[in-house]
Amino acid sequence: MQGSSKPGLSVNIAMNTGPNKSESHAALPMRMTISHVSFFYGMKQILFDVSLGIADKKVTALIGPSGCGKSTLLRTLDRMHETVTTARLEGEVLLDGQNIMAQDVTQLRRRVGMVFQRPNPFPKSIFENVAYGPRINGFKGPIAEVVEKSLRNAALWDEVKDHLHKSAYELSGGQQQRLCIARALAVEPEVLLLDEPASALDPISTAKIEELLVELKNLTTIAIVTHNMQQAARISDFTAFLLTGQLIEFSPTPHLFTTPTDPRTEAYITGRFG
Amino acid sequence: MNARLRWRKFVSNFMLGMTGVCAVVSVGVLFLILGYLLYNGGTSVNWDFFTKLPKPVGESGGGMANAIVGSAKLLLAASLVGVPIGFFGGIYLAEFSGSFTASIVRYAADLLNGVPSIVVGIFAYSIAVLPFKHFSTLAGAFALGIMMIPITLRSTEEFLKSIPRNLREGAMALGASKWKTIASVVVPAAYRGILTSILLALARVAGETAPLLFTAFGNSRWSSGWSQPTSSLPVMIYNYAVSPYEDWHRQAWAAGLVLLGLILIINIVARTILSRGIAVPRS
Repeated sequence: MQGSSKPGLSVNIAMNTGPNKSESHAALPMRMTISHVSFFYGMKQILFDVSLGIADKKVTALIGPSGCGKSTLLRTLDRMHETVTTARLEGEVLLDGQNIMAQDVTQLRRRVGMVFQRPNPFPKSIFENVAYGPRINGFKGPIAEVVEKSLRNAALWDEVKDHLHKSAYELSGGQQQRLCIARALAVEPEVLLLDEPASALDPISTAKIEELLVELKNLTTIAIVTHNMQQAARISDFTAFLLTGQLIEFSPTPHLFTTPTDPRTEAYITGRFG
Repeated sequence: MNARLRWRKFVSNFMLGMTGVCAVVSVGVLFLILGYLLYNGGTSVNWDFFTKLPKPVGESGGGMANAIVGSAKLLLAASLVGVPIGFFGGIYLAEFSGSFTASIVRYAADLLNGVPSIVVGIFAYSIAVLPFKHFSTLAGAFALGIMMIPITLRSTEEFLKSIPRNLREGAMALGASKWKTIASVVVPAAYRGILTSILLALARVAGETAPLLFTAFGNSRWSSGWSQPTSSLPVMIYNYAVSPYEDWHRQAWAAGLVLLGLILIINIVARTILSRGIAVPRS
């Protein structure tokens, strides 16, 4: 599924693929495609006709000031917005070319994992936290292997392997967040959504999470919301800049941060507002 | 100025003293009751009390084994009525219903909680005793079970609601359905609080006398079955206390002591449960 194969998709228009060294977005296979999405909470419109593609096995960052709709956009990708009854979505979101609204929501969320702003481990042991996803999805096999693999992938294994049966709450905040990443990885999602995963963490834990995300792109496709521009610059391949519910610019990350096309993007990344 | 300062100090000390005295009195009442029970009934609480049947008037000795077992049976059956209804109703309130429905059910539950226990007794009498033309253990349990519903329902709701939203989202993000999320994350996270309040509801109805007077009635022997009247500790206390016999008065005190001890044990167990295990941090 190529985002570019869909005619009239403004992703190509918004996409700035000038003559620079960074890879062209349009030529990449798309894992998810957001097409003309508008979003409402009751009467209030949060997103205005947003279109962009999430490239396969890449990190796509969503940046913008508070209230710009970046988290809302992320939450539409696994239909987490449906927990709010007044939420309404227009437009289409495709996963591998299939409209996610037409799919069973539990199936969708198994394929599109999510990590939240604040670490939210379950009040269970470290082991049970990671095993939870495979178990509820009917995994019948060597669960301990899945847990170990997921914890290794989340770069947490060495720190917890000797006390897997301790409460998850005995871990530090940064470890808890990596545990949540391991928990999400355990069901082998095709896409991993992260909603400001490091905003509640100290700089060292943040650095660990960032390092981890760069590693994870070999395993899965990543979309991350952050209001930390340096973070987006460090870890992402593509960056989308949103402002008051509109997609202002979507470019390869080096391009967006060095030669932004839109004056508002430039104003934001140079710290003139936000 | 100096006089004013002295007056202020006096007021401050007086209020401190007064609130302290009130606190001591409220604790003191409990210990006074306990001491009184011990003094009057302590000597009658012995092995026979737990294992023997009551003796006829005039004969000394005997026990209340039938009342103790009867109370246990009543509480067990009452839990089977009240706990599931209250528990699942509480889940519905906290997780599924809209706020309008929830407010109506909540209000009704609070009213039901406020219904005098004698009225619950009459109700149980009219629908669980009259049609069968005899008193029964089940009718008594039914009355006590009704009283357990609102307590269980409201506390289940409260404890479920205290579980942070991000835990539910964490489960749903892994592909858990709404019910799966509730059953595997939310209820386990809240179970200690819920279990505690079920135990406290149990302790609360364990001492109820009025709803049992004309449902489970009483029995001077072993109850011969669930559909037969049974003796229970609170009713036994009532019957023995109003009797003119000195010996029965002592037995009534002893029964009161045993009942209070039972409630105390339930409370301690409840508190122990609440303080153990993995607590969910408030966020």
